[in-house]
Amino acid sequence: MKILVCISHVPDTASKISFTDNNTKFNAAGVQFIIGPYDEYALSRAIELRGDAGSVTVLNVGEADTEPTIRKALAIGADDAIRVNAFPKDSYFVASQIAAIAKSEKYDLILMGRESIDYNSGLVHGMVGEMLGIPSISPVMKLDITGNKATMAREIEGGKEIVEIALPLVAGCQEPIAEWKIPNMKGIMSARTKPLKVVEPTAVEETTSLNSYELPAPKGACKMIDASTPEKLFEALKNEAKVL
Amino acid sequence: MPTDQFESPDYYLIDDLLTEEQKLIRKTMRDFVKKEISPIIEDCSQKAHFPEEIVKKFGEIGAFGPTIPTAYGGGGLDYISYGLMMQEIERGDSGMRSTASVQGSLVMFPINEYGSEEQKKKYLPKLASGEMLGCFGLTEPDHGSNPAAMVTNIKDKGDHYLLNGAKMWITNSPKADIAVVWAKNEEGRIKGLIVEKGMKGFTAPETKHKWSLRASITGELVFDNVKVPKENLLPKADGLSGPLKCLDSARYGIAWGALGAAMDCYDTARRYSLERIQFGKPIASFQLTQKKLAEMLTEITKAQLLVWRLGVLKNEHKATSVHISMAKRNNVAIALQIAREARQILGAMGITGEYPIMRHMANLESVVTYEGTHDIHLLITGADITGIQAFK
Ligand SMILES: Cc1cc2nc3c(=O)[nH]c(=O)nc-3n(C[C@H](O)[C@H](O)[C@H](O)COP(=O)(O)OP(=O)(O)OC[C@H]3O[C@@H](n4cnc5c(N)ncnc54)[C@H](O)[C@@H]3O)c2cc1C
Repeated sequence: MKILVCISHVPDTASKISFTDNNTKFNAAGVQFIIGPYDEYALSRAIELRGDAGSVTVLNVGEADTEPTIRKALAIGADDAIRVNAFPKDSYFVASQIAAIAKSEKYDLILMGRESIDYNSGLVHGMVGEMLGIPSISPVMKLDITGNKATMAREIEGGKEIVEIALPLVAGCQEPIAEWKIPNMKGIMSARTKPLKVVEPTAVEETTSLNSYELPAPKGACKMIDASTPEKLFEALKNEAKVL
Repeated sequence: MPTDQFESPDYYLIDDLLTEEQKLIRKTMRDFVKKEISPIIEDCSQKAHFPEEIVKKFGEIGAFGPTIPTAYGGGGLDYISYGLMMQEIERGDSGMRSTASVQGSLVMFPINEYGSEEQKKKYLPKLASGEMLGCFGLTEPDHGSNPAAMVTNIKDKGDHYLLNGAKMWITNSPKADIAVVWAKNEEGRIKGLIVEKGMKGFTAPETKHKWSLRASITGELVFDNVKVPKENLLPKADGLSGPLKCLDSARYGIAWGALGAAMDCYDTARRYSLERIQFGKPIASFQLTQKKLAEMLTEITKAQLLVWRLGVLKNEHKATSVHISMAKRNNVAIALQIAREARQILGAMGITGEYPIMRHMANLESVVTYEGTHDIHLLITGADITGIQAFK
């Protein structure tokens, strides 16, 4: 089985978010970057499904600073990697780059996270599926392959849906599809020499442009109301918070 | 137990001095410790239980012998990577780091350094994978700081050596499959031997009731006319320099490890002081708390720079025993001081197992004594400065 896993390079979940250049640029100073947590579930499952004859390729659309993140994916167990040398402007741009590579490489499975944790759009898997003319499904919480068929489970409003689709397909993954794998020292050493191919992006028409970012309003102070005076709570909700 | 939220301080942007790979190794070990050690360690320590299953897990992740060549199952990594691994493991618990230090620096190191090709092939891969656990026997009941006076001895009996004597305070010994044992031959030269579990006349009783390193198992090694095959002698070890070179390697790891314990105490105390309210304010707002935290971070930062530089010297083969002595002594001492101060910041909470501080504090009482006591290391530096040995 030939598997492609698309990984995003995102700020660690504990990062403090701020912007520069008049709120038009994310301030990466002092920020730790990680493999998107949902992407890492996809990667872990891909490694489990690979089998002896298969291969797992990781793909990232990003500039040279994402390479440590890609090396970590190789350390976890991917066989080789592709970096499309471009800033990932928006979902359409990223999906177009993935589709361009996947068209020529013919993967059986294209896995990625249900969404990246920086912009959380959750669009890329659907777009890639459309661009390649193959099914896409998300969020996938269980994925098994028998022969040419994938059986998947996903959460839907009020329950679960089990679907079966013929390969090839695109899946947006989330826990508990697999457990994150901690690399070992051997993996880290072998990642040094695994192939990491850098390719230039294909031209994509600009569909969006960024005006600025805004941070959410700071959290207000917490107000304690004694349990013996519920009427004060009602009053605060009605007159101060104006939610009743 | 609160979840493990540890983050290491990096006040002087020392991360800029590390390679991406070294940072990945540190992150990997931190994730490993949070997954495999933090959830169980308090309980193990309270019950004085050695979590044996950690041996295999250490093997899988590659914590044993990271600087041993890959051809023998080691990691083939550089010394800063090794140091960062020890920092992270001891951040979890000094006892767990002791297990890893002994296996890597005191068992695999001498076999790799002084062993024959057959010995390396026979033991190193199994020690690296955690299939075998080893221990290191130097200290004796009557010879601690002065191991040169040891009485454990071997006699050449033609086709084997006859080993007699006893070792004490030996980390891992009751569970170990092999012991690297230092003993004197008929000429009084110190020699190293690999003694295997099950050899007739060899026992390893456990030393109980420790108040320190409770999750690490410690014991004796007793040799009563043990016949050790000749091929178990380490052919290239001769004299006290044999064990001392092993100790250099382990002490190097301890200098990093103690820093990890210090970081955990500091990080815990900092968080706690911001959350704990007394007199209507977080206790972090009082000057005396700030003094404690500021001094802790200053000492941690100095200690980080010390071991980073020592790691560079190790990688360039320029680090000497006296360099390592200074770092071991300093970093363990500051860690112990930080643990005590951090414990005070947590007030009564500081004495409970809800937080790691008291455990680190008690553990560090062993770390400050083993592998050369605090005072002996000072005298080593003193002798180096003056050319006069003050400990004889
Ligand atoms: C938990 C634990 C695990 C250990 N694991 C191992 C192991 O795996 N293998 C191993 O071989 N050993 C091990 N040890 C032993 C350890 O290395 C010794 O305890 C250490 O070398 C000190 O020896 P001692 O305890 O006999 O103290 P002593 O040598 O009796 O020293 C007692 C005190 O006297 C001081 N002192 C001694 N001589 C002088 C001098 N000349 N000048 C000034 N002060 C002096 C010391 O600094 C110390 O404060 C372990 C110890 C502990 C506690």
